[in-house]
Amino acid sequence: MTSLAPFVIFFVGAALVAVTQGVLRSVILLTIPIVGAWNLYAMADGTTTVVNLFDYELTIVRLDRLSLLFGYLFHLATLIGVIYALHVKDRVQQVSSIIYAGSALGAVFAGDLITLFAFWELLAVSSVFLILARRTERSMRAGMRYLIIQVLSGVILLTGALIHIHQTGSIAFDYIGLTGLASWLIFIAFGIKCAFPFLHNWLTDAYPEATPTGTVFLSAFTTKVAVYALARAYPGTELLVYIGGAMAMFPIFFAVIENDLRRVLAYSLINQVGFMVCGIGIGTALAINGAVSHAFNDVVFKGLLFMTMGAVLHRTGKMNGSELGGLYRSMPWTTGFCIVGAASISAFPLFSGFVSKSMVMVAALEEGHPIIWLALLFASAGVFHHAGIKIPFFAFFAHDSGIRCKEAPRNMLLAMALAAVICIFNGSYPWVLYSMLPMPVEYAPYTISHVLTQSQLLFFSALAFCWLKLAGIYPPELPGVNIDVEWSYRKLVSSIFARLAPLGIAAHRSVFDRWRRWLDQFFTQIYRHHGPYGILARTWRTGSMAMWTAILLATYLLVYYLSH
Amino acid sequence: MAEPDKKHVFDDPRNVKRVIYALYVVCGLSLLLDLVIHRHVDHPWEAMFGFYCVFGFVACVVLVLIAKEMRKVIMRGEDYYGD
Repeated sequence: MTSLAPFVIFFVGAALVAVTQGVLRSVILLTIPIVGAWNLYAMADGTTTVVNLFDYELTIVRLDRLSLLFGYLFHLATLIGVIYALHVKDRVQQVSSIIYAGSALGAVFAGDLITLFAFWELLAVSSVFLILARRTERSMRAGMRYLIIQVLSGVILLTGALIHIHQTGSIAFDYIGLTGLASWLIFIAFGIKCAFPFLHNWLTDAYPEATPTGTVFLSAFTTKVAVYALARAYPGTELLVYIGGAMAMFPIFFAVIENDLRRVLAYSLINQVGFMVCGIGIGTALAINGAVSHAFNDVVFKGLLFMTMGAVLHRTGKMNGSELGGLYRSMPWTTGFCIVGAASISAFPLFSGFVSKSMVMVAALEEGHPIIWLALLFASAGVFHHAGIKIPFFAFFAHDSGIRCKEAPRNMLLAMALAAVICIFNGSYPWVLYSMLPMPVEYAPYTISHVLTQSQLLFFSALAFCWLKLAGIYPPELPGVNIDVEWSYRKLVSSIFARLAPLGIAAHRSVFDRWRRWLDQFFTQIYRHHGPYGILARTWRTGSMAMWTAILLATYLLVYYLSH
Repeated sequence: MAEPDKKHVFDDPRNVKRVIYALYVVCGLSLLLDLVIHRHVDHPWEAMFGFYCVFGFVACVVLVLIAKEMRKVIMRGEDYYGD
């Protein structure tokens, strides 16, 4: 039988969603991921689909164990997200979430850099509507900042890809490794989407501003596509070990003092991606398996946690820890699902995090990174502290906020139940997940030592929370904003421009003229170095046109943003 | 509102106490198991008695104390960015 490229089903589905309504639209939404998964299942291992575009042979589908696992994961995440959002009557959100999921599939099955770039940008453009759909002033601004940074990542990827293609003569998207300018540009582009330290703030800025259902989709795709891309192009790159360690560590400090509970989860998302990045950096079979299986589990348990918080936001209209509390009385089911998600992210035995996170940690020790291992251990205790305890405690327990609301809608409960079942299933019976991993698995998660040490770590972390709380040392939930890297572009740059404004428009113009001259010189230099000869030169010019367009777009967005 | 003010499980402070005591018990038990079970270790630090217990407790206390100090430096009003 013939099978379709996975993203095609989603894009056609999105078109159908756009023109239907009511029950029919819900049925189509549910059908998309199911038909998609069936189509994927029917595809033979090693399938490639090639399409000719101008002089290029684009590999729009490359099926191997790595891409297949992410493929299934994204179908599953779409199904859960669609069920969760069934009550939503907003066509824009429904269409964009399906295009967004389809773009994620397009990106992980892309066999060449041009296809990857196309889906990379489509991910940005389609997902921003899930933020804008909140329809508040805050979400509009956060959405624009998100779009600028995501488009910038695409621009950098395109620049790096064009130089890489020019140098190697191949458009294939395979192992790249950090070797020169092109590889660094691609690395940084991946790093932006992956939320590397200092490049991370778009995530904690935008995700908490999205709609209750939109955040569930957002948390599943963008960062995991980046994790996939890193696993494909930079496995065993030592720098990633340290970047991953830093990513696992620093967000937990912000998470402890953050008041917006969905922002706490956004920080903890970066913390979990840190484990994956670290695993990719270590690069052994165990570490890569750990990174990939943790990505799988993280999509489900982080999605579950975002779903429980989305349900709270949906019912109460509030998301700050300082305003919530005691909701277990009104939302017992949501509370239970939140605890399952919390146990999974904290890696309690029998819950999903337990069988994946430890692979990365064992690999770190095996490959001689004891300091990184300690950092990851610290992050493991920390994640229990802020995601495992803080989230359920301040939303559902703590003091009684007096809020009495209805339990979450049935479709939300069903989606949460599905995610919770997967969390427990993967945690208790990890062998199905293990059988899908890219490398053969020789790891046994359920040894007495592992169960005991992990339990000790978590019990005593809980004890610390308990003691700090009873002794009155634990910082109370307070409304406020915590300054992060975003300060540099939300305050510093704006204030510089504000100071420039009185100097008149001429000053602005001279600055922009200088930039343009500088860019012109930059491209002249590139032409001089790489030469206008050979068959690739033609495509380079087309590419540079595309790049100029992208830069103009990015500049336009920047000017738009700064002038508001 | 939907429901009458019926008593819920943690409205009774004794139940909160019970949860805390249960935590003390499992902490104590897991520490004692360190004496009985010969753990597999990949690194010498791990071999110390109660390593994971002490590490978990200390890590969380350090985390919270540092985060509290951070608040003094980085916390601003809700409308800091003007939106």
